[in-house]
Amino acid sequence: MELFQYPYMQRALVGALVIGLAAPALGIYLVQRRLALIGDGVGHMALTGVGAGLLLNRSPVLVAVIVASLGAITVELVRARGRTSGDLALALLFYGGIAGGVMLVGLSDSTSTSLNSYLFGSLSTISPTDLTTIVVLGAAILVTMLALRPALFAICHDEEYARVSGLPVRALNLLLAVATAVTVTIAMRAVGVLLISALMVVPVAAAQQVTRGFRSTMTAAMTLGLFAAGSGVYVAANADTAPGASVVLMAIASFAVLALGGVAWRTLRRRRVAAAVPSTVEPHEVVLSRS
Amino acid sequence: MSAPVITVTRAAIGYEGRAVLRDVSLTVTAGEVVAVLGANGSGKSTLTRAVLGLVPLSSGSVALFDQPVRRFRQWHRIGYVPQRLGAGGGVPATVREVVAAGRLARRGILRPPGRADRRAVETALAAVDLADRTGDPVSTLSGGQQQRVLIARALAGEPELLILDEPTAGVDAASQEAFAGALQDFVADGGTVLLVAHELGPLRPLISRAVVVHAGGIAHDGPVPEPAGHHADPDHDHVHPHGPNEPAGLWSA
Repeated sequence: MELFQYPYMQRALVGALVIGLAAPALGIYLVQRRLALIGDGVGHMALTGVGAGLLLNRSPVLVAVIVASLGAITVELVRARGRTSGDLALALLFYGGIAGGVMLVGLSDSTSTSLNSYLFGSLSTISPTDLTTIVVLGAAILVTMLALRPALFAICHDEEYARVSGLPVRALNLLLAVATAVTVTIAMRAVGVLLISALMVVPVAAAQQVTRGFRSTMTAAMTLGLFAAGSGVYVAANADTAPGASVVLMAIASFAVLALGGVAWRTLRRRRVAAAVPSTVEPHEVVLSRS
Repeated sequence: MSAPVITVTRAAIGYEGRAVLRDVSLTVTAGEVVAVLGANGSGKSTLTRAVLGLVPLSSGSVALFDQPVRRFRQWHRIGYVPQRLGAGGGVPATVREVVAAGRLARRGILRPPGRADRRAVETALAAVDLADRTGDPVSTLSGGQQQRVLIARALAGEPELLILDEPTAGVDAASQEAFAGALQDFVADGGTVLLVAHELGPLRPLISRAVVVHAGGIAHDGPVPEPAGHHADPDHDHVHPHGPNEPAGLWSA
């Protein structure tokens, strides 16, 4: 526990907790849309922003937010048109993003360690300025996702119905795209671009093993995200493992536990219900007489 | 004559160069219950989607409550019941959560739900006989019950006009009855209905007018036509596969 007396460890913990809370709050809408892996693609594009930031000597995180937002908006426009060729357009964007990032980082004076810290995360090197960015942007994501839940639920659940309800569907879709980019960029510091989607998606997948509704899934996913972030950083500090990977593995462990628990609970309940209520057999629709 | 609720004037619609509807005109006035009939692929669903502004017209015009559909903003006056619950939903949602989405047109996106919203949701769920399933995930309901969830969602917004796309296709008898009952109450309160179907079943006594779409145009506009041939048999079970009538987008929810 002594490790957490150091300010850099405290910053790592706070940063991880904010991201652990905000990432699933956004991720649940992506999962509902069956776009669970989109965060990965946006992360690839954010890397180009990091490279550009390092090359131009500007804050890599801020440049990454801008580049990733532009990328996410492009992805959203491709999605909204619903073309099959969109699949290939997304592939071009994603791989272009990661290749551009690696090239730009190489062109700048930075060492390969700084590329690694964006690819795999580097919680322990978060500066006080970084932490402020993470907390402010994380809080903004959290508030937006919670306040607009009914509207965002409606557009992700049934986009056509949302349009007929008079909702500003296009504006909300773009908002979701930009929010994805922002979340990806702040989560990049914690788990790295290669593991970002995990923080947005795994807690949601774990939560819905035991929940019945959207709202309860969201609450449970945020709780699990918080738990995974906290316990992951604790494990990393004590066992000297990579923090990003530890956080993601804690989230996957909670998925495994809840999935098994959910199966056991449902089996148990079915048995109890079956014992309590004698099954009533539907009468046959017709009775045929044999002649 | 009462005010026109839906006015379609010489509308033509095509998907990727292929004409689905040529020259369709239709007026629905307040209090009417109009059934749009026709074979699979005749364009009857496309017609309703055009009325809602979901499909662009290649020529002609559509007006809702005397306003061109492109400029129409009073969506709370309309309740839309799609053919089936969209594929959207990688995350479970309860019956109540889905029905509550029907209040958004009235409430707007920023105001949290109030007591009136909650009461409207309860009333709508009771109207379709699902008051005991409010906390269940919609995915655990039967097809007919899911269809009733969709009509409850539309009713929750307390609309003046209901537009239903094949509400009873492949729905069990109990759900059809519950559905007809809910629709009857809606009509008795002065509501207007536009309903796409290819069999009317228990809804038949409610229909005041039938419009038959055939070969891209309107072949009949008047009383409900009598079923012919084996379709007239009271035990005729109208079962055949429903073709995919919309191109499914890879990323569409």
